[in-house]
Amino acid sequence: MHEIALRAECLQKRFGGLAAVRDVSIDVHVGEIHAVIGPNGAGKSTLINLLSGELFANAGEILLGATNITAFAPDRRARAGLGRAYQKTTIFPKFSVHENVRLAAQARSSAPLRMFGGVQSDTECHRRAADAIGNAGLSGRSQVIADRLSHGEQRQLEIAMVLATDPRIILLDEPLAGMGQSEAREIIALIASLKIGRAVLIVEHDMDAVFELADRLTVMQDGGVIATGLPQEVRTHPAVRAAYLGNYGDVA
Amino acid sequence: MFEMNATRLRVWLFTLACLIAAIALPFLAPTYYVQFFAKALIMGMLAMALNLVVGHGGLVSLCHAAFFGLAGYVLALLSPRYDAASLLTTFPLAVLSSAAAGLVIGALALRTRGIYFIMVTLAFGEMLFFFFHDTKVAGGSDGIFINVRPEIAVAGRQLLDLDKPITFYFFVLACLVGVVALLTMVVRSPFGHALAAARDNERRARSLGFPIFRIRLIAFALSGGLAGVAGYLAAAQFGFVAPQMLGWHQSATVLVMVLIGGLRSVTGPLVGALVLIGLEEVLKAHLDNWKLAEGLIIIGIVVMLPNGIRQIWPMIFGSSPEVPVDAGRAEAEHAVAEARHA
Amino acid sequence: MDLITVSVQLLNAVQYGTVLFLVASGLTLVFGILGVINLAHGAFYMLGAYLAYWIALMTGSFALAMLGGVLIAFIVGMLLETVFVRLLYGRDHLAQVLLSFGLILVIDEIRQLLFGKDVHAVAPPAWLAGSIQLTDNLSYPVYRLAICVFCLMVAAAIFFVITRTKIGMIVRAGAENREMARVLGIKFDRVNRYVFAVGIALAALGGIVIAPISTVFPGMGDGMLILSFVVVVLGGIGSVAGAAVGALLIGLTDTFGKVFFPSVSSILIYVLMAAVLLWRPSGILGRRDV
Ligand SMILES: Nc1ncnc2c1ncn2[C@@H]1O[C@H](COP(=O)(O)OP(=O)(O)OP(=O)(O)O)[C@@H](O)[C@H]1O
Ligand SMILES: [Mg+2]
Repeated sequence: MHEIALRAECLQKRFGGLAAVRDVSIDVHVGEIHAVIGPNGAGKSTLINLLSGELFANAGEILLGATNITAFAPDRRARAGLGRAYQKTTIFPKFSVHENVRLAAQARSSAPLRMFGGVQSDTECHRRAADAIGNAGLSGRSQVIADRLSHGEQRQLEIAMVLATDPRIILLDEPLAGMGQSEAREIIALIASLKIGRAVLIVEHDMDAVFELADRLTVMQDGGVIATGLPQEVRTHPAVRAAYLGNYGDVA
Repeated sequence: MFEMNATRLRVWLFTLACLIAAIALPFLAPTYYVQFFAKALIMGMLAMALNLVVGHGGLVSLCHAAFFGLAGYVLALLSPRYDAASLLTTFPLAVLSSAAAGLVIGALALRTRGIYFIMVTLAFGEMLFFFFHDTKVAGGSDGIFINVRPEIAVAGRQLLDLDKPITFYFFVLACLVGVVALLTMVVRSPFGHALAAARDNERRARSLGFPIFRIRLIAFALSGGLAGVAGYLAAAQFGFVAPQMLGWHQSATVLVMVLIGGLRSVTGPLVGALVLIGLEEVLKAHLDNWKLAEGLIIIGIVVMLPNGIRQIWPMIFGSSPEVPVDAGRAEAEHAVAEARHA
Repeated sequence: MDLITVSVQLLNAVQYGTVLFLVASGLTLVFGILGVINLAHGAFYMLGAYLAYWIALMTGSFALAMLGGVLIAFIVGMLLETVFVRLLYGRDHLAQVLLSFGLILVIDEIRQLLFGKDVHAVAPPAWLAGSIQLTDNLSYPVYRLAICVFCLMVAAAIFFVITRTKIGMIVRAGAENREMARVLGIKFDRVNRYVFAVGIALAALGGIVIAPISTVFPGMGDGMLILSFVVVVLGGIGSVAGAAVGALLIGLTDTFGKVFFPSVSSILIYVLMAAVLLWRPSGILGRRDV
């Protein structure tokens, strides 16, 4: 078994009376893609927000490697090696593709807030940005202003930005949402490549993609985990079959 | 690529021409105009300082007049009654006070966003206004005089005396060049890019790992300090400071300058200041109710020119409506393109 | 300080707070529903006071001044929404700030043209002109008591409208979640116009009732604008209950501040605001996620 990159223990999040996430524990291993699935409103995005620090848990603990990051703000978690992409594309729409990714690289550079000297002088930053753009399959598009990109390209850009921050774990919230078949193929291949040397946690509704990508699977419903394990184990889990019968018929 | 260099050359030549004209002015124009121009340049400095947070940071601050006035008051309070204050001590002290005020007010106001931020900065700015208005610290509502302008003297020998109009003018010009250089450097630096990133998408900037609060606080304090530079000069020029200098109408007027000049460039607000102050001067000379006209003009500008006067050009000549992006950014992208081709 | 003085100061605080509430609730409603920051709100407070002065001068009746002033303000509000505030919808905050700043300059000059720039006093209605003798050497003006009662009545009416009526429901829905309300088919055009007019009328009403106990002067709107902002920051944007809490807090802080710390009293409300910002940046009754 690979080393654990991110571990959450007994996470809880309440919105007023609603327990959006309750008692969720999850381990994400280096070199693996861990998929979280579940019906709408199961609490998947909330879980990702808890892990990335955008929401603070009412109870529970989050460990990034050996560091307890439960009390860290999102930016500090990012600097500690946690990268994320959003369910709704979240980029800098008025900047070029290169500037978007360069900013990401800058955030993890040795002097991210240097006040003298232009940005172009940091060649290391530019190189990392160019690499990330290449890895995300956007070479040749780097001078395009981000909001002129197609939807699929914007998702690629988001992944490129995450890559440029050189994270140890990547959280992806529905990276395939709203994407055509051929666009989706490219992103799936890209995601599959992310796990080399990193851990990936992905939330996705597209079951074909999930079973293609996932090394490990967690199923959520009503804020809780109803099953977790290897994909073939989870597929046959009775509680999962029951939960999914209404939505997808037979899982996969 | 050649075109790009040509544009850059034009920008440099234009800047150089402006600078030469500004240097030549006191030798050509009567003192009155020199003083008037110095006043306009000082307001331009204030507008540029404000634009660091408004244009580049996306934070609409309504308390910059307070930083401006505070520095003026520091000079007034440090000036001996019948003697010149030392420029070398009062100038840094005044600027640091304004920056410190920016740090404190920023630390509180930056806990809020949007409309809240506007209201909180307005309120804290007015707090400083009332402080000088209601207490006897510095003459209360009547204000306080600076009888002798500051100087630099070493061992009894006067090296620089702001009492001389020409010396004062060149000192203002030197400060202006310094402020423009500093702001240009900051805006083009990684810090400036991070500040702009936080403006365009705070959430994304934070999740990339940028400490948004710290970035904005630094920008706010820096901008407060630069507003202090302008305030110090304004106080030295008029030889008088009064609470009105800190009032929020002043802050709002400077915001108008920023908007007129355009939010995305460093020197745009300087142009905006020259335009608005010139306009005020013309209106004052010809109208009794000039503020009515000014109000209507402001409304007209905001409605018709949301990107400032640079919009007028394409409006008149019908060329591309594409407003050129910030020169700094264009340059950075240019460099990137070069790096890629190499 | 003995009990009588304390209660007199308490009355002053409440009286001050209730007027503040009138003005600030208008401001917070306009924020909450229209999503517009209106710096000219204070100018309407000033205009209300001048209208009261002028109508009282013309007719000799404070009651008419009140009615006329509020009515004029309401109509002006309706007109302004149609021709001016429209320009603000959907614009960024900077544009809103500058447009309303321009409006302030215009209103100030119009006031100058109509009423001049003199400082005026307005007499309270005769039947409220007296004082109540509290002790041998302490009395309390009846008019101040009347302000308390009147403003509390208006406040009660506002709360009734907001919590119990259909209009109020729409208003609350708009403040909570504008998009959702739009999806549910609420037409904001008319609501906007009325809300803005009511907001303006509340500002003017504040100026009218304060006119007999303060002086009527050109700069009075500015001070009130800042105070209303502090009230809204304390209470939370868009929350009328928050405005009530904030206004009362400021009334108390200011009144007792003047008694106990006269030298720094004008700074105290800002200290209070700073404390609330540290404690709850989105206001005492504001939503946390702002
Ligand atoms: N900020 C919030 N305030 C109140 N309730 C919320 C908030 N965010 C989410 N919820 C509620 O928490 C529950 C879980 O939401 P979440 O977005 O995590 O679901 P999800 O599994 O990501 O669903 P989907 O597949 O539709 O994206 C939902 O009932 C949602 O309405
Ligand atoms: Mg979701």
